Amino acid sequence: MNLATKDIRHNFGRFALTAVGIGMLLMVVMGMGGIYRGVVEDATLLIDRVGADLWIVQRNTRGPFAELSRVPPNLVFRAAAVPGVISSREFVYHTIQRERDGKPLRIAVLGLSWPTDKAEWVPLTAGRPLAQAHFEMIADRSLGLAVGEQIPLGKDTYTVVGTTSNMISSSGDGLAFLTVSDAQTIQFDVSGEAVRLERAAREARGREFELVIQQPALLENAGRPSQQLPAVARPQVSAVMVSLVPDADLNSVVDTISGWGDVSVFTREGQRELLLRGSVEKVRRQIGLFRVLLTVIAAIIMALILYTLTLDKIHSIALLKLIGAPNTTILGMIMQQALILGSVGFAIAWLVGQKLFPLFPRRVILADADLIQLAGIVLGISVLASLLGIWKAMKVSPNEALS
Amino acid sequence: MTVAESTTMAIEAVDLTRIYGSGNTEVVAMREATMTVRQGEVVALLGPSGAGKSTFLSAVGLINPPTSGQIRIRGQLVLDGETAHADLRSFRRRHIGFIFQKSNLIPFLTAAENIQIAMQLNGDSSGYARRRAVELMEYLGVADRADNFPSMLSGGQQQRIAVARALANRPSVILADEPTAALDGHRGRQVMELFARVAHEQGAGVIVVTHDHRALDVFDTIYEMEDGLLRQHTEHAAVLSSGSN
Repeated sequence: MNLATKDIRHNFGRFALTAVGIGMLLMVVMGMGGIYRGVVEDATLLIDRVGADLWIVQRNTRGPFAELSRVPPNLVFRAAAVPGVISSREFVYHTIQRERDGKPLRIAVLGLSWPTDKAEWVPLTAGRPLAQAHFEMIADRSLGLAVGEQIPLGKDTYTVVGTTSNMISSSGDGLAFLTVSDAQTIQFDVSGEAVRLERAAREARGREFELVIQQPALLENAGRPSQQLPAVARPQVSAVMVSLVPDADLNSVVDTISGWGDVSVFTREGQRELLLRGSVEKVRRQIGLFRVLLTVIAAIIMALILYTLTLDKIHSIALLKLIGAPNTTILGMIMQQALILGSVGFAIAWLVGQKLFPLFPRRVILADADLIQLAGIVLGISVLASLLGIWKAMKVSPNEALS
Repeated sequence: MTVAESTTMAIEAVDLTRIYGSGNTEVVAMREATMTVRQGEVVALLGPSGAGKSTFLSAVGLINPPTSGQIRIRGQLVLDGETAHADLRSFRRRHIGFIFQKSNLIPFLTAAENIQIAMQLNGDSSGYARRRAVELMEYLGVADRADNFPSMLSGGQQQRIAVARALANRPSVILADEPTAALDGHRGRQVMELFARVAHEQGAGVIVVTHDHRALDVFDTIYEMEDGLLRQHTEHAAVLSSGSN
C-alpha cells in the first residue's frame, strides 16, 4: 500500500494547488535559465550564422558587437589578397531607433557586402533575399514588419522583401539586413541644413589657407558633396569578414593579417569568446546568480510546504508508529510525496512554460541539457526539502496517538 | 475458549514502576504495578484521571518502558526495566492491538485500508490483507462501509473499524483506552460486549481502561488504579453495585 499516493489522492485539491504553486516557481527558475540561454544564443547568433572564418576589426578594439569599430572599406581588397582567403566581405553594424505608429522601434542594422552577400545565408520565414543594391531590406519578425511593408529610414524608404524569426542582436533588438551602402546611408544620414552648414564651415576653414588664397577656385570645390572630395574619406565599415579556402592554414592567415598595424583579427571562436566574456558576461552572471537564488528559494519553499504537510499528518504518523510501522515506511511516505511534488511541479513548469515563454519579448530557450540539469536539481531539492519533514516525523512519539 | 480453559498468559506485568523527573521534581506515576492477563481474559482498569492508567497502558503497550519491572508477552520477556529484549516496534506490530477513546483511524485511508495497513506492515500480501479486512468487517457488521473514508462513518462504525484493525494481526494482547467514551450508553455496551466476544473467540488478552461502570459485567477481572497503585478487585459484584450507585 502506497501511503504517499493515498494521502495525495485524499487531499488532491490541496496537493494540486501546492503542485501548481511549486510549478510556477520552478517555471520562473526554468525561465531564468531559458533567458540566460537566449541571451547567449542571441549574442552569438550572428557570428554563428554569418559563418565567417575571420573577423578583421579596428586595431585594439574587440569588434563591432562589443564596441565601436571602424575600418576602411578598401580593407576588403587587402584581405582578399592574402593567400588562403577565398572571399572577404564588408560588414556594417549599428543600432538605430525610430518612431513607428507612435511607438519606438529599435533596429539593429546589418549591412551586407553587395553583390557578394545577398543574405542567402539568412533563414527566411517569408519573402526572398535581397535582389537589388538599394532600398530593400530583410526584417526580423520582432520588428513587426511584414513582407511588402515600407519603412522610411533617413531620406529613403525601404521595402521589406523577406522576414526572419529570432534573428536579434545581443541587446535584444530585431535585425534588419540591408546592403552596406544602404546601411551606411542610414548611419550617416544628416539633414539638408546640416549639410549646408558643413559646406559653409569647409569654405570658412578654406579661406584661412594660403593655398586657397592663391587658387580661389578651390573654395568652390569645398562646397561640393563630400563623396566628390578626394580629401574626405569614404564612410568606413565596421569590420571585414573573411572566408578561407577549405584546407587553408588558419594560423598562417591570422599571422599575416595581425602584422598589419591598423587592424586586429579574430577567429570565429575568438570573436564568440570575446562577446560572451564582454558585453554579455554581466547579463549572464546576473541571470545566473538570480537563477541560483531562485533555486534556493524554491528549495526553502518546498521544504516549508513539505514540513507543513508532515505537520498535518503528525497524528497519523504517530498512529503508524504505534501500530508498528517501521521508520522506513514513514520516511518513504514523506520522501515519495516530496519527489512526486517536485516531479509534478517540474512537469507543470515545463508545460506552462511552453505556452508562456513564446510571449516574452526576448527569446527564452529551453535547452535539453538545461532541462535535464534542472530536473536533477529539482530531484535534489525535493530530497533535501523532505529532510525537514522527515526530521519532524522521526521525532514524533507513538504516545501522541494516545493523547 | 473461556477464561477457565485458558492457562497461557497473554501478558504478565510485574512490579512496574514509572518515575518521571528526579530529585525535587521526581514524580512516581506508577508504583510496583502487577497484572497478569490470560488469553481470552477481559480485564477492566478503573481509576480517576491522573491515577496512572495511561502510564500503565503505555508501559504494557511497549510505548514508554517502565523505570523498573518486567513485561512478558506470551511468556517472552520483552522489557526488563528500560532494557528491551526485542525490537519493541516490531513486537508491538505483531502482538499488540490498540483501540483508543477516539477511533484514531488514518484519515486518508478507507475503512478497509485502515485494517489492511496493520497487516501489510506485518509483511502480509495486499490480497490476503484485503480478504482478512473484509472478513473482520463482516464479523463486526461494517462490511458495507469498506470503501468509505473515516470522515464518512459514524462514531460507532469508526470504533468497529478500529477494533478490526486491532484484531487484524491476531494479537496476543488488545489494549483499549476508554474506547466507549465517545459513544452513548447503548453503543458503549455493544463495544464492550464485542471486546469480550473477540477475546473469548480469538484468545486475546484484553485490557480496557474505562470510566463506564454500566458495562462492567462483561469483564472477567477488574483492576483499579489510584495514585499509581494498582490493585485487583476480588469482589466483582461490589464494584458493579458501586458503579450503579
